Amino acid sequence: MVDLWFFLVCAMFAAYVVLDGYDLGAGIVSPFVAKTDAERRAVLHTILPHWDGNEVYLVAGGATLYLAFPRLFPAYVSGFYLPVMIVLWLLMGRGLGIEMRHKLDHPLWNQLWDGVFFLSSTLLGLVYGAALGNVVRGVSVDEHGDFFAPLWTSFRVGDDVGVLDWYTLLVGATAVVLLARHGALRLAAHLDDDTGARSARLAARLLAPSVALAVLATFATFAVQPNVARSLGERPYEGVFGLVAGGGLAFSAVSARRRRFARAFHGSSAALVGLFGCACIGLHPFGIVARDPSRSVLLGDAAAPAYALGVGLAWWLPGMAAVVGYSIYAHRRLLATPRPKGARSGDRP
Amino acid sequence: MTALTAHRLHFAFSIVYHYLFPQLTMGLGLLIVVLKVMSIRGNTVAGDSARFWGRVFGLTFVMGVVTGIPLEFQIGAGWSRFAHATGGVIGQTLAMEGVFAFFLESTFLYLFLFGEKWMAPRTHLAMAVLVMTGSWLSGYFIVTTNAFMQHPVGHVVGDDGIVRLASIADYLGNPWAWVQYAHTMTGSVVTASFVMAAAGAFYLLQGRHVAHAKTFLRVGVVAGIVASIMMALPTGDLHARLLAKHQPITFAAMEGHFHTEDGAALTLIGQPDVERLRVDNPIQIPRALSFMTHQRWDARIEGLTSFDRDDWPDNIPLLYYAYHVMVGLGTVFMALMGASAALLRKGRLFGPRARPLLWALMLASPLPYVANTAGWMTTELGRQPWLVYGVMRTAHGYSANVSAGNALFTMLGFMGLYVLLSLLFAFVAYRIVSDGPKPLAGAAPAAGAPLDLAPSHRPEGSPEPSEGGA
Ligand code: HDD
Ligand code: HEM
Ligand code: HEM
Repeated sequence: MVDLWFFLVCAMFAAYVVLDGYDLGAGIVSPFVAKTDAERRAVLHTILPHWDGNEVYLVAGGATLYLAFPRLFPAYVSGFYLPVMIVLWLLMGRGLGIEMRHKLDHPLWNQLWDGVFFLSSTLLGLVYGAALGNVVRGVSVDEHGDFFAPLWTSFRVGDDVGVLDWYTLLVGATAVVLLARHGALRLAAHLDDDTGARSARLAARLLAPSVALAVLATFATFAVQPNVARSLGERPYEGVFGLVAGGGLAFSAVSARRRRFARAFHGSSAALVGLFGCACIGLHPFGIVARDPSRSVLLGDAAAPAYALGVGLAWWLPGMAAVVGYSIYAHRRLLATPRPKGARSGDRP
Repeated sequence: MTALTAHRLHFAFSIVYHYLFPQLTMGLGLLIVVLKVMSIRGNTVAGDSARFWGRVFGLTFVMGVVTGIPLEFQIGAGWSRFAHATGGVIGQTLAMEGVFAFFLESTFLYLFLFGEKWMAPRTHLAMAVLVMTGSWLSGYFIVTTNAFMQHPVGHVVGDDGIVRLASIADYLGNPWAWVQYAHTMTGSVVTASFVMAAAGAFYLLQGRHVAHAKTFLRVGVVAGIVASIMMALPTGDLHARLLAKHQPITFAAMEGHFHTEDGAALTLIGQPDVERLRVDNPIQIPRALSFMTHQRWDARIEGLTSFDRDDWPDNIPLLYYAYHVMVGLGTVFMALMGASAALLRKGRLFGPRARPLLWALMLASPLPYVANTAGWMTTELGRQPWLVYGVMRTAHGYSANVSAGNALFTMLGFMGLYVLLSLLFAFVAYRIVSDGPKPLAGAAPAAGAPLDLAPSHRPEGSPEPSEGGA
């Protein structure tokens, strides 16, 4: 049951990466693909009705983590206190950037919120990547089992690590590039005009850096965290996530060349899920990986008792099934109505 | 400043600010459903009013979202020991809130805001009902979480101090939660009805949007009088009796009742003096406290001095004032809404002689916010020194690994951001109000129609709606 809950928590965050990933991606690429005010507005409208529902995956994912592993959620959010607060500020900025712009029509007002939207989306991508890097790399847990990570120490991956070092920055940069491509592909699928064409070109240009960074980050991960190789050695079938990541990227590259952007977007989603899955494997069977391996916390020791986990399952599964059902309905209703030119249908689940 | 104080201020500030927004959205959710039902019966003015309040809802919702997400994480960030110890229990409701409430509200709100043009009217009403359901469920789950802190049930405490769930049915059915929920939700209807009535008075006094103004006033005043009375009876009264039974120390402190007495007096006004253990300059109703609590004029009420000083709430004067502000304002609300409702019945609320009353309604709109905040201050201060009543002390629950310096830094950051947020909210809300209610826009929305959230913001490239029906 503990492993099942670990899987469900990872699935929630993976859904967050894919879904809010396209919102963040749109924010990162919008200054490059949308040149006029009308085009920026069009970019925003592709995400406006969805971003909040997508963001709920973060909140609900965090709460699911808390429900199943009461020890881990507080340990992480208090241990990464400063980056967590910074993420919260950036999330506020991102939400306002999307929602405030269309409340008024004034050039300076529009430019202000475009800027806020771009900056907070980009920084969020970077911080999320770095956070994931931190979880995989491990943190400096003290003798009471607590940790508090300063923003940075020496930028080296040693025993006394901060949140930012060369490794986590590398993961952060990878995240920004992958999300930018992800967002650009979705825009290409949804917009038929110049913005769509520019997004398609940008996505094509981002392919090589995406592959290069993903490969680099993978090698770096094996180097800084031996648990990843050990986990794979014990359960080789977990390598399937690596295959999904590679296959998804390849599929999305091929589809994008054939100008099938909705498919390319799905390929990119698979790639993100695959990479995120690799990170989760790197963590398993631990909930917290410590730089000093003897202080790592096992998932089983951090989980809620069986009764709570069982009760949780009984309402969580039907609840999330209903959510998936009605979000598909809402996405269909709001976006995938037959389009004027009928060419590429941007059907997002 | 100690880390404990810093974390307490941090959390109190953030949650008080957050609650300014949901109290309006939860109440408005109900009033919008009322307006939609009126509009389906053929009242187009009510339909336009529902659209107008939908815009206000949309703005308030966004503020609730951006201030609510930090809270979810602050429970773990600032209160990690509390969160760890009780997570096996309160994790259930916090996760339920995400799964059952937030997804529902955020998904259907946008369908409600964007869909009016291409949905059948009944489908659109259903969207309004779903949005309201989402926000009311959110209130239920969060209040149940808080009720567990006030009156823990359905759990066992292990030797390691970890609180484990023993019965989900007991936990969700906490009698405290139902009373607290009824009182809180009614409080949010009070806020929404005062705001709606104030907007009506604002327009009517200027002679603008007169038909809409009358609708706002009718709905606002009727909902307002019902909800204001329900704040005292039955919900507030039930709440006070639960307190007298389960938290007698809190009860004594908020009434300013220092010495055990048979036939205790009810203090209306006065300043508690914790050094000399008395209330200065009191204005009291003899024996009334005993009667209200136990329905007997000579019943015994325990005073603070009968309890161990270590178990006294740590800020008795503030607790006392918070409680008296809430109850005092509650009385004012009943009087104001009672007078308005009486005039409304006689058909004189819209006449020239009612102008002073309209002014009062307009100026009173901030007061429910004060009352709701004071109510929460009473609850949270009254629970001290416990974080989970009888189970865990506040001093044992904070994140010892996060220093006062770090907590203060981020608190100042939040304060700065929230000042900006408030300015932004006031500015955009002013624009919505000065724009006023409008009929459903025609097929081609004017480019850049600024505040026309609903129709003009359908995704670019989608076709114009062809037929209704979902
Ligand atoms: C419009 C707002 C409003 C108004 C007019 C009132 N209240 Fe209230 N009260 C609240 C808004 C509120 C609240 C914010 O909703 C609280 C905080 C927690 C809760 O459950 O409800 C609350 C809590 C609360 C508590 C619990 C305190 C604790 O747990 O320590 C009691 C005993 C009362 N109220 C009693 C009353 C009475 C007798 C009122 C008579 C008029 C009254 N309230 C009016
Ligand atoms: C379910 C919802 C809530 C939870 C889980 C919760 C939890 C907490 C926690 C953990 C603290 C810090 C410990 C303490 O100082 O007592 C606290 C304090 C506080 N909360 Fe709540 N709270 C909730 C609802 C609210 C609401 C809605 C408000 C007000 C609008 C509020 C107002 C306060 C205040 C004023 C304090 C500070 C008390 C003090 O200084 O000691 N709370 N609450
Ligand atoms: C510890 C206390 C609290 C936490 C952790 C919390 C958390 C949150 C979060 C994460 C959101 C954003 C949801 C979204 O993205 O759609 C939110 C919004 C909301 N919260 Fe809170 N909240 C707290 C206190 C309260 C209280 C006491 C109430 C009401 C009784 C409340 C009612 C709502 C509602 C109705 C919303 C929807 C947004 C809105 O309508 O403004 N919250 N809250």
